[in-house]
Amino acid sequence: MGIRILINLTRFIVTYLVATIVVFLFMRLIPGDPAQIALGVNATPELLAEKQKEFGTDQPLIVQYFDWAGGILRGDFGTSYLTQTDISPMVSDRLQVSLILVLTAMVVALAVAIPLGTWAAVKHRNFSGVAIGVGSQIGVAIPGFLAGILLVMVFAVGLGWLPANGWTPPSEDFGDFLRRLILPVVALASVQGAILTRYVRSAVLEVMSEDYLRTARAKGLSKTGALVKHGLRNAAIPVITVTGVQIAALIIGAVVIERVFVIPGLGSMLLDAVGNRDLLTVQSVVMVLVAITLILNLIVDVLYTVIDPRMRRSA
Amino acid sequence: MRRRKSPLLFTAAVLAAGSLLLAGCSAGSTSSKGSSDGKTPTTATIALTGTPTNLDFTTTAGSAIPQALMSNVYEGLVEVNQEGDVVPLLAKDWKLSDDRKTYTFNLQDGVTFSNGDAFTAKDVKFSFDRVKSDWVSSLKAKMDVVDNVEVISDTEVAVHLKQPSNAWLFNIATPVGAIFSPNGVSDLANSPVGTGPYAVEKWTPNESIVLKTRDDYWGKKPGVKQVTLKYFADATATTNALQTGDVDAIANLQAPELLSSFESNDKFQVITGTSSGEVTLSMNNKTAPFNDKRVRQAVLYALDKQAIMDTAWNGYGTLTSTLVTPTDPYYEDLNKVYPYDPAKAKELLKEAGAENLNITYTVPTRPYAQAVSEIVVSQLKDVGINVTIKSSEFPAVWLDDVFTKHDYQMTTVLAVEARDLLTVFNDPNYYIGYDNSVIAPIAAEADAADEAGYVAGMKKVARQVVDDAASGVLFLFPNIVVAKADLQGLPKNAIVESLNLTDLSWK
Repeated sequence: MGIRILINLTRFIVTYLVATIVVFLFMRLIPGDPAQIALGVNATPELLAEKQKEFGTDQPLIVQYFDWAGGILRGDFGTSYLTQTDISPMVSDRLQVSLILVLTAMVVALAVAIPLGTWAAVKHRNFSGVAIGVGSQIGVAIPGFLAGILLVMVFAVGLGWLPANGWTPPSEDFGDFLRRLILPVVALASVQGAILTRYVRSAVLEVMSEDYLRTARAKGLSKTGALVKHGLRNAAIPVITVTGVQIAALIIGAVVIERVFVIPGLGSMLLDAVGNRDLLTVQSVVMVLVAITLILNLIVDVLYTVIDPRMRRSA
Repeated sequence: MRRRKSPLLFTAAVLAAGSLLLAGCSAGSTSSKGSSDGKTPTTATIALTGTPTNLDFTTTAGSAIPQALMSNVYEGLVEVNQEGDVVPLLAKDWKLSDDRKTYTFNLQDGVTFSNGDAFTAKDVKFSFDRVKSDWVSSLKAKMDVVDNVEVISDTEVAVHLKQPSNAWLFNIATPVGAIFSPNGVSDLANSPVGTGPYAVEKWTPNESIVLKTRDDYWGKKPGVKQVTLKYFADATATTNALQTGDVDAIANLQAPELLSSFESNDKFQVITGTSSGEVTLSMNNKTAPFNDKRVRQAVLYALDKQAIMDTAWNGYGTLTSTLVTPTDPYYEDLNKVYPYDPAKAKELLKEAGAENLNITYTVPTRPYAQAVSEIVVSQLKDVGINVTIKSSEFPAVWLDDVFTKHDYQMTTVLAVEARDLLTVFNDPNYYIGYDNSVIAPIAAEADAADEAGYVAGMKKVARQVVDDAASGVLFLFPNIVVAKADLQGLPKNAIVESLNLTDLSWK
């Protein structure tokens, strides 16, 4: 167990280090000069040089890299070229918004997917089971932004029940926060719910064909009883993996939904920063995402050992 | 199955019901409501496209910063009114010396900055001098003509020019003439300090700017206590926000096709004015095939600009022929110089030996550019010019390739700056690469002449530029304002960059 954690930790650090280098180099490779963008269509060579000096982009790459990487070690992402404000508080504000959105959507999606998927597996020969299978397939195929636009057209513009877009922090006005959260969460959760339903369904189906379940049934347990007592725990493992991966992917993947609903999340921050070649901001956001992905991986790993006792012995 | 699906619906219903209840308790605390509840609102929320990257236009380009701050937070000695005339602001009046080289301004009394400092002639000197020393923006060139600024008394200041200049007075009505306080320039990017009727209450990058009316403002106070400028990346999102009451107005709608639902609705008003933004079709004068004037002329004859405007912008806008707008004093209708005449275009191409031409059209990733590109391509194809579209990420890649490296044949970009004819054409090193040897002396003479001479000279420059087919202008952007019916005082025309919100009020 101890070795396992140590391996995980080493992997975490090495991956993170490699990621800083890759991200840094990639940002330098893409065309577009931040100083030029700040000056716009009236830049002269003299002004450009002055601006590059101000941004520090005239320094050798290695100096720029260590300046930035050193800052991260101190928990300081530096100052954005364009907004000229500290990046760290901006990222943490935006991350909070994204996490609220994505986690709420995932909870809703799981709350729907677990019972639905299980039902679809148990009744996979019946009409209801097949219908859920087909329904979730369609759900997966519908793009999230389309769901979002439709929801806005019906519930905001058409019926006027909910706001069309915008974000209010929960601390400012909790009622308004909830009202504005509903539509984007439903848009995200409907797609995620469909994806997860399919995973739950196939995981449960697989478990149902396992020997130990047959044994359990031979001992006199009902199909549902055997599944609940012995099966679901095993079926949970692939579902947890997918959920972990999806959360990490969604923090950025939700950018389309963020655009439709004008939500100030990390995804739209990244998009704006890339467009403006605000290199330090882009790098910082990506590094936060790398950290989140790695942390989620750790959590998933730990959850495995909790759920599956065999994992505890294996290392 | 129906039963199984109910948890989602149920959750949504509970959430919806609960939050509606909560919202009912807290209504009125957020953005302004219409006058339906009988009370006149005191705040307004305006939707804008294109967020400012920071609040410092002295070091950062982009029209979004002056759009939000000029007239509202910063003021100049003079301003440009809705008709395009230069009128007094912080200067009560001014005198021009007989040699046209000295402007003596008589300043308003009792003016304070939002940090409490009193405004005097010293601040004018400080601000004008600072343009030359501290601004990192090519706008600073507009102050090059100033020799020195002389403080005569607290309310009197003389500006001595190196040579007479008609353009200068107009220029100080734009950001370059903004008046700063020496104690208010420490953090321009985040906390601007000006003499305007509003002060920046809160700025959230990429989201919004909250402007609060100043109680100690020297002039007429705006009819609202607070204005929130809210930034949207997408035109549909802005119209949705207006329809659901989250914003009270869209200052400049970027998608005219979305107008129809507002035009037929009494709750809203649609105002269409003009702007200073020309959608250009630039041709690289320095490289083949456009280094041949006949080829450039052929392109201009080949374009049915009315059809382009109808297709790309639903017919909204004004047809113009160069970077002079109808609100400029030296405007002249030059649309007849190149009427739509495909036969003439083919003839010119034949003459230039440029039949079956293949060219590349660099189109920036902006809605207006994408909208015009396809129809331009098909019209040019009709006269035998085969166009390949090359999409170019804007601003990063476009600035790099087209603007800096001049690596392009034909491109489209929105030229937003007011009175930018000379910026674009009176500089052979600008990305258009126009040979300015003929217009340079005319332009210099015009700038130094009296007002009539200025107008006549600039007309001559414009005509020359059009005759040389230096570049094309497809159409002039309209300024489309959509607002709740009872909001008044929104500017109709966008002549300079600033969105002047000083007259805003509710009926």
